[in-house]
Amino acid sequence: MTSPQHLLADEVRVAYDRQVVLDGVTLSVARGETVGLRGPSGCGKSTLVRVLALLHRPDGGRVSIDGTPVTGVRYAVPVGLRTRVAVLFQSPRAAADPRLSLTDLIAEPLRAVRAPEPGVRERVAELADLVGLTPDLLTRRPHAVSDGQLQRACLARALVHRPDYLLCDEATAMLDASTQAHVAAVIAGYQRTRNAGVLVVTHDEALMDRWADRVVDLAGEVSAPAR
Amino acid sequence: MTTTQPATVPARPSDPRTSPLLTVDRLGVRFRLRDAVVHAVTDLSLTVHAGELLAVVGESGCGKSVLAHALLGLLPGNATVTGRALLHQPETEPVDLVSCGQRRLARQVRGRRIGLVPQSPATALNPVRTGRRLLGETLRAHGRDRGQADRLATDVGLDPADLDRYPHELSGGMAQRLVTALALATDPPLLIADEPTTGLDRPLVDHTLDLLRRRCDAGAAVVLITHDLAAARRVADTVAVMYASRVVEHRDGGDFFTAPTHPYAEALLDALPDRAFRPVPGHPPMLTALPVGCAFAPRCPRRADSCERAPQPSPVGAGTVACHHPILPGAAP
Repeated sequence: MTSPQHLLADEVRVAYDRQVVLDGVTLSVARGETVGLRGPSGCGKSTLVRVLALLHRPDGGRVSIDGTPVTGVRYAVPVGLRTRVAVLFQSPRAAADPRLSLTDLIAEPLRAVRAPEPGVRERVAELADLVGLTPDLLTRRPHAVSDGQLQRACLARALVHRPDYLLCDEATAMLDASTQAHVAAVIAGYQRTRNAGVLVVTHDEALMDRWADRVVDLAGEVSAPAR
Repeated sequence: MTTTQPATVPARPSDPRTSPLLTVDRLGVRFRLRDAVVHAVTDLSLTVHAGELLAVVGESGCGKSVLAHALLGLLPGNATVTGRALLHQPETEPVDLVSCGQRRLARQVRGRRIGLVPQSPATALNPVRTGRRLLGETLRAHGRDRGQADRLATDVGLDPADLDRYPHELSGGMAQRLVTALALATDPPLLIADEPTTGLDRPLVDHTLDLLRRRCDAGAAVVLITHDLAAARRVADTVAVMYASRVVEHRDGGDFFTAPTHPYAEALLDALPDRAFRPVPGHPPMLTALPVGCAFAPRCPRRADSCERAPQPSPVGAGTVACHHPILPGAAP
């Protein structure tokens, strides 16, 4: 029997203290599709992303990757499993370690699994080219680059392990139109070549229409395909 | 929809009916670094009228925020400012914001004549004061009734109960609304809003934009600095596009969004998801190494030999464009 090719949150329930944020939410992102996720502020979109990214342990329900159930979060998940899901957050300033050069920022997840250094260098150069970072930017630290440049570096870092699933939580909201279109094009290109599954959280209806194959309303039902 | 139609725009750049509130004349801002000079604003001239909402748009790092800080005297010590920025006042001489000195800016301008919604509310709020205390201090310092705090909060879409929280207890969007309320507390004739919708979801973005629009309709002026072209399209009377430290196009909002004339403006609009969704090719130049001629020429599909000279703003309709080969309405491509 072949296992399903999707990242699945099954009947996930999350509460902070006694405030229930997600109450039995089911969402799947299949390989090869781009799913848009929307909903009002505070409805739990970011929490759902954190659950799917294996960063937050749900209080109920479970997450599975291609049919393999995941128990635990972060380092409790075997590295071969957790590197299959990557996440790109809204604010690269908050996400990026200010002490690292962009090169080290992109390379860190590879070095964390003791990848051989020549291969790391090669992979960083390849990704920098893909996301549109010039070599002179790679030696800089986050304070010396713009938000757009830093978000490109965060995207390169997210792709460094060639994840099967990429979760983007308002990842282009603070970017200018040109950088947004470029970042979206890089993600769409990666999605096609890897047959990856992509989850896009955004408030921007025009962006959602353009980017997502289908749209899910959190705190609501699955709506008609966007295109 | 509250999008204004060109026919009802209250303040076009050349409209004689309204009086200028701010006249910026050849403003330049440079930062001296250890081994380089950053040209953040170059030869920038703009006029803002009472009742006008001017949107300043452009890619990140083009100098938009530096413009705001230069007008308020908030630049760091390594900055050199040249040119003039006259703030006109009823029945008195205009104040030159560039040369008048910190004392005068602090006593007469900042907060009173020009309000600022800063870009990152998390760093602008005193962490040991609640929102109510911050608003109360501002209202009292300006001789206003502290009882207005709840109304100001409601105006910006913040639950008055949230005023009793400390800044670290607020979400990014709530902090954003609080700094907007603080800037509006003194009811300044000119408000500079630097990315005032960051971190807000769409209904709150629209709420904030409509709030700014209503201020203009009531006679105040707003300079909206934003990377969000959809926001500018919704509320702006006039649009100034900045590229590599210069204003390259300054037009009526309706004209700009239907028929941009600068090749960069056209490329930027084409990047929108409801248009071609195509990024502007190439990268913007470093502000430490600007080319001698047109800074957009290396990325421009219309470049020619003449682009080696820096283009000066020239009139197009009621606005200006700084390009040797603008896309003129009605002309063949």
